[in-house]
Amino acid sequence: MGSQLVSAIANRAVILVPYLWLFIFFLVPFGIVLKISLSQTAIAMPPYLPVFGFGDGVSGFIANLRELSFDNYLWLLDDALYFNAYVSSVVIAGVSTFFALLIGYPMAYGMARAPESMRPLLLMLVILPFWTSFLIRVYAWIGILKPEGLLNQFLLWVGVIDTPLQIMNTNTAIYIGIVYSYLPFMVLPLYATLEKMDFSLIEAAQDLGCPPTTAFWKITFPLSLPGVVAGCLLVFIPAIGEFVIPDLLGGSQTLMIGKTLWNEFFSNRDWPVASAVAIVLLLILVVPMMFFQRAQARAQEQGR
Amino acid sequence: MKSLGSIRRSFAPWNDPEAKPYISFERVTKRFGDFTAVNDLSLDIYEREFFALLGASGCGKSTLLRMLAGFEEPTSGRILLEGQDLRGIPPYRRPVNMMFQSYALFPHMTVEANIAFGLKQDGMSKADIASRVAEMLKLVKLEQFAKRKPHQLSGGQRQRVALARSVAKRPKVLLLDEPLGALDKKLREETQFELMDLQQELGLTFVVVTHDQEEAMTMADRIAIMDKGQVMQVATPAEVYEAPSSRFVADFVGNVNMLEGTIAERSDNAATITGASGARIRVENAGEAIEGSTVAFAIRPEKIKVSSKPPAEGATNVMEGEIWDLAYLGDMTVYHVKLSDGQVVKASALNSARTMDDPLSWHDRAWISFAPDAGVVLTR
Repeated sequence: MGSQLVSAIANRAVILVPYLWLFIFFLVPFGIVLKISLSQTAIAMPPYLPVFGFGDGVSGFIANLRELSFDNYLWLLDDALYFNAYVSSVVIAGVSTFFALLIGYPMAYGMARAPESMRPLLLMLVILPFWTSFLIRVYAWIGILKPEGLLNQFLLWVGVIDTPLQIMNTNTAIYIGIVYSYLPFMVLPLYATLEKMDFSLIEAAQDLGCPPTTAFWKITFPLSLPGVVAGCLLVFIPAIGEFVIPDLLGGSQTLMIGKTLWNEFFSNRDWPVASAVAIVLLLILVVPMMFFQRAQARAQEQGR
Repeated sequence: MKSLGSIRRSFAPWNDPEAKPYISFERVTKRFGDFTAVNDLSLDIYEREFFALLGASGCGKSTLLRMLAGFEEPTSGRILLEGQDLRGIPPYRRPVNMMFQSYALFPHMTVEANIAFGLKQDGMSKADIASRVAEMLKLVKLEQFAKRKPHQLSGGQRQRVALARSVAKRPKVLLLDEPLGALDKKLREETQFELMDLQQELGLTFVVVTHDQEEAMTMADRIAIMDKGQVMQVATPAEVYEAPSSRFVADFVGNVNMLEGTIAERSDNAATITGASGARIRVENAGEAIEGSTVAFAIRPEKIKVSSKPPAEGATNVMEGEIWDLAYLGDMTVYHVKLSDGQVVKASALNSARTMDDPLSWHDRAWISFAPDAGVVLTR
């Protein structure tokens, strides 16, 4: 009996560890950000009010609670800047994801169809850029894209253009930066699904009268959809809140939510509005994903 | 199996010099890098034939099938279907369909959609597709599983879906790559007969690849026995078993005793073979073996009689030995008889009488005997 009880407690404890981890490092910070988003800016340290303290007592706590409001969220609705920044972020992340898929799919397909002895090397090449700092890689793109950079010099030398292209400090540079940086996150899940796929399915499709392109769209692509979805989410989610790439490669007119958030936090020292921006961003990402997951679970149940 | 016997008995286009082969492999060679999978192979298959390619793994039988389907092109030589050279015709334009060893059912499609897949590619009308699919489902007895996905089916059901899908287009030739390999023994035996019925019903030419000789013997009109990319013998199951053309074929199909010796004397067809230890074997038909040549005398265990007493006067090819090993299998008993020269001969006896007392036991004296026409003389 005693030992059973101990093992039951031990089992619970094992499950407890990840939950505790999530609680301390996710839920608590989220709660803090949420609370700040409901506060008011103040010229103080920390720069918002009210500040909850342990010495306040119950009445102080309730008084503090009364001071919380949704003013900052209303403010986000008030100023078109935020709305535009969200829309522009979604568009930039969406377009980048699309191009990453367009480039990543053939790469993953080629890797999955390569001779087995070659595959580890190809995988290695995909992962290799991670060994260099993300920041340095983005900086390197400045050297390539700027008016007197490598790309323009090359194009001038070849004779395709006679005045340097203005790529640097435009949305194009952001697309290039995001697609380049997040491509491995697209390639890896795609590779994983494509590599698992039974090649005899394609042969069967061809045997039944499908030319190779039709066989791809009817068999390979539908079967790789889980990888496509995983890859797109892995690119889209971090891209939407991306700050470094638009800051370094984008121009002053580029509006992205990550940059807006940075400005609110550091330039305006408006922590509550910055927090509200962050919370809304989280909702924009989480709500569609929840719907997606529910749809997928339902589809799976139907398939069974 | 309605009137299968009578149709089958008269079906032997390979003996008819007028008959044109339906499929011809003409001096086909296929190399993968240094490896020669198929080596200068020629083979004719006739219309409506149930043809089996039998061999161990790596003998080139699957490569042969894949070349017929169009997944591989021969390195040299040509393959003809109804007199038309198939070179350069991609798999999706060949009038042949294949049933894959793994079945290769499309996991994201229902049974119905799997069967309809090839028909849609042909641009058949919706109504025609629906009726053909219904017909196929009926043929393989899966009507109530039409809306299921492959992962919701048992192995035997999947096999039948794969079969229905591959015959739905009414191909000129159906290629079957180890069609029963993934089924358990009992189901396999049932399905063998189902496949034969199906072939009769549809009147198609079947080419089946298998490593299971029993499967090939049961189903096929003719069997090609392959080794190292070459055909060793093409013949009916009975011929392959009773008149193998070489030591390899005799050894590959069924159980056999191989007694090595030299032709001591030969008159007309009959001959006497002297074994290494001096045993003499009289045979009625020595084929093309010439006097003095080294041959193997191949004899099946069930053609050797074992007795506890010396056989009666007039028995031919009598040898004395000792029961070395014995296995009671229920329907028959297998004896290993060690002859005086040390060679062990396998003999089997049908247990036709219901008795549990075998007169022969371990280390008993025993005599074996066999008729002069019970075995074959092999020179190769």
